[in-house]
Amino acid sequence: MEPKVIFNHHLKNVKPSVVGKFLEIANEYKEIISLSVGEPDFQTPWHIRQAGIEALEQGKTFYSPVRGLLALRQEISDYMHKRFDVLYQPKTEILVTVGSSEAIEMAYRTLLNPGDEVLIVQPSYLVYEPMVYMAGAVPIIIETFEKDGFRLKPEQLREKITSKTRLLILPYPCNPTGAIMEKEDLEAIAEVIRETDMLVLSDEIYAELNYSDISHVSIASIEGMRQRTIVTSGFSKAFAMTGWRIGYACAPEEIILAMTKYHQYAIMCAPTVSQFAAIEALKNGAGDILAMRNEYNMRRRYIVDRLLKMGLSCYEPKGAFYVFPNISSTGLSSEDFCERLLKQKQVAVIPGNAFGQCGEGFIRISYSFSLKHIIEATNRMEEFIQELSQG
Amino acid sequence: MDDVLKLLKQNARMSFGEMAVLLGKEESEVAKTVEKLEKDGVIKGYQAIVNYEKLPHIPVFALIECKVMPKAEYGFQEIADRVMALDEVESVYLMAGNYDLAVFVKGNTMQEVANFVAKRLSTLDSILSTSTRFVLQRYKQDGVIIDEKEVRDPRNMVL
Repeated sequence: MEPKVIFNHHLKNVKPSVVGKFLEIANEYKEIISLSVGEPDFQTPWHIRQAGIEALEQGKTFYSPVRGLLALRQEISDYMHKRFDVLYQPKTEILVTVGSSEAIEMAYRTLLNPGDEVLIVQPSYLVYEPMVYMAGAVPIIIETFEKDGFRLKPEQLREKITSKTRLLILPYPCNPTGAIMEKEDLEAIAEVIRETDMLVLSDEIYAELNYSDISHVSIASIEGMRQRTIVTSGFSKAFAMTGWRIGYACAPEEIILAMTKYHQYAIMCAPTVSQFAAIEALKNGAGDILAMRNEYNMRRRYIVDRLLKMGLSCYEPKGAFYVFPNISSTGLSSEDFCERLLKQKQVAVIPGNAFGQCGEGFIRISYSFSLKHIIEATNRMEEFIQELSQG
Repeated sequence: MDDVLKLLKQNARMSFGEMAVLLGKEESEVAKTVEKLEKDGVIKGYQAIVNYEKLPHIPVFALIECKVMPKAEYGFQEIADRVMALDEVESVYLMAGNYDLAVFVKGNTMQEVANFVAKRLSTLDSILSTSTRFVLQRYKQDGVIIDEKEVRDPRNMVL
């Protein structure tokens, strides 16, 4: 008898990413200048790499405890307390994961049942929605707008809440818009959330990349929110540690316990060597964050200035390392714009609709590239826009 | 001030306007900062970083390590003054260690540098001995890698 491959039926609801299609086109060109990558251009700071090397030298190559090294959980606890004023018990309320991606997935897997509704703020990281389908739940999209600085408004949230709503995904600082939610914004939505029994998954992976005068505020620090919030974060963006695959979730004990159960069976533990490097990052990496943030900030200012001079409307991003200009004035769709920019000028940026339908009319530009590289790419973009307007 | 200095160290030809954009400051504020840096002597000047290998005639560079007898009252200052006044000399540093003055010299030929050492430098009163080291290759100079290779971006497009 012939084998029969039957795929998981949730998979069929998952559409292939616009990014994938776009990358295929991009791969046809050799001399591409890319402003499309979503990871830091910096190498992991040397002292952090050294901690990884030492761990290897000392033969620390075994599984770690399921929840992660206690010393690391202690550092995460101290860090969350000092930076964001929210206290998590290292032994019971923190889970170390394989990047923050795993933390998000574990939260979905343990908190969602078929038919549950998950509110997803868009434009946002393109992983949230398909993974909700994979968990058998129903994504409900809340669209945010340029005029609101891509912030989530309490009335928008209230409108979408039903008896089936289980979870709100709060993606701030936001990839791709660069939007942040300040304390007042969070208080306003917390007021709505506290009237319900729903939970919040706050993806705070870009928390350290905040360019406003006040630093990032975690929704878990807002009154009555800690008990209903899962904070996911990691080392990839703040410490330029993407390849180390190390992240974490902080949440009330019963949620971490359930996530740990799943994590134990599915993953076992996060990479041990990376965990030793992560301890060093939290102990002595504050200066590295500052230096990288300053560098990103200069590029951010430069790129926004250039885009405005090109005549594009552009919300001034306050976080992450992306700019999300409005290109609708060119009369092109996001995908047409990106495809033509790629073909005519060999510059790669990502179409905004990759991050949700409401991202149509926008493009995502990453500034995790050297200033020299950004200058060349924006020069080419400027030529492209000029040629467009000349027909 | 440090921000402005850092940008000028990277590219001294950057305009006040460009620096103002990068630093989120007013152009006039940047101009004022630079003016102050110049006036206070923090910025001593602006020079091109030259890759001499690309010139039709490549000059010869040497480091001359000098042992010096310091003079009462003047210490090393007097000899340093005399050495730095010589046209061939590009830089002079007082060093800690086995010798006292590090003298960087530029000449047209090895012979020219050798003559300079024999006739002008080693003949100065307080110079006890010299040891001449010729530069064979410049890899990095003033923080700039001379023959920088294009490095491929190691990042993959994931999502």
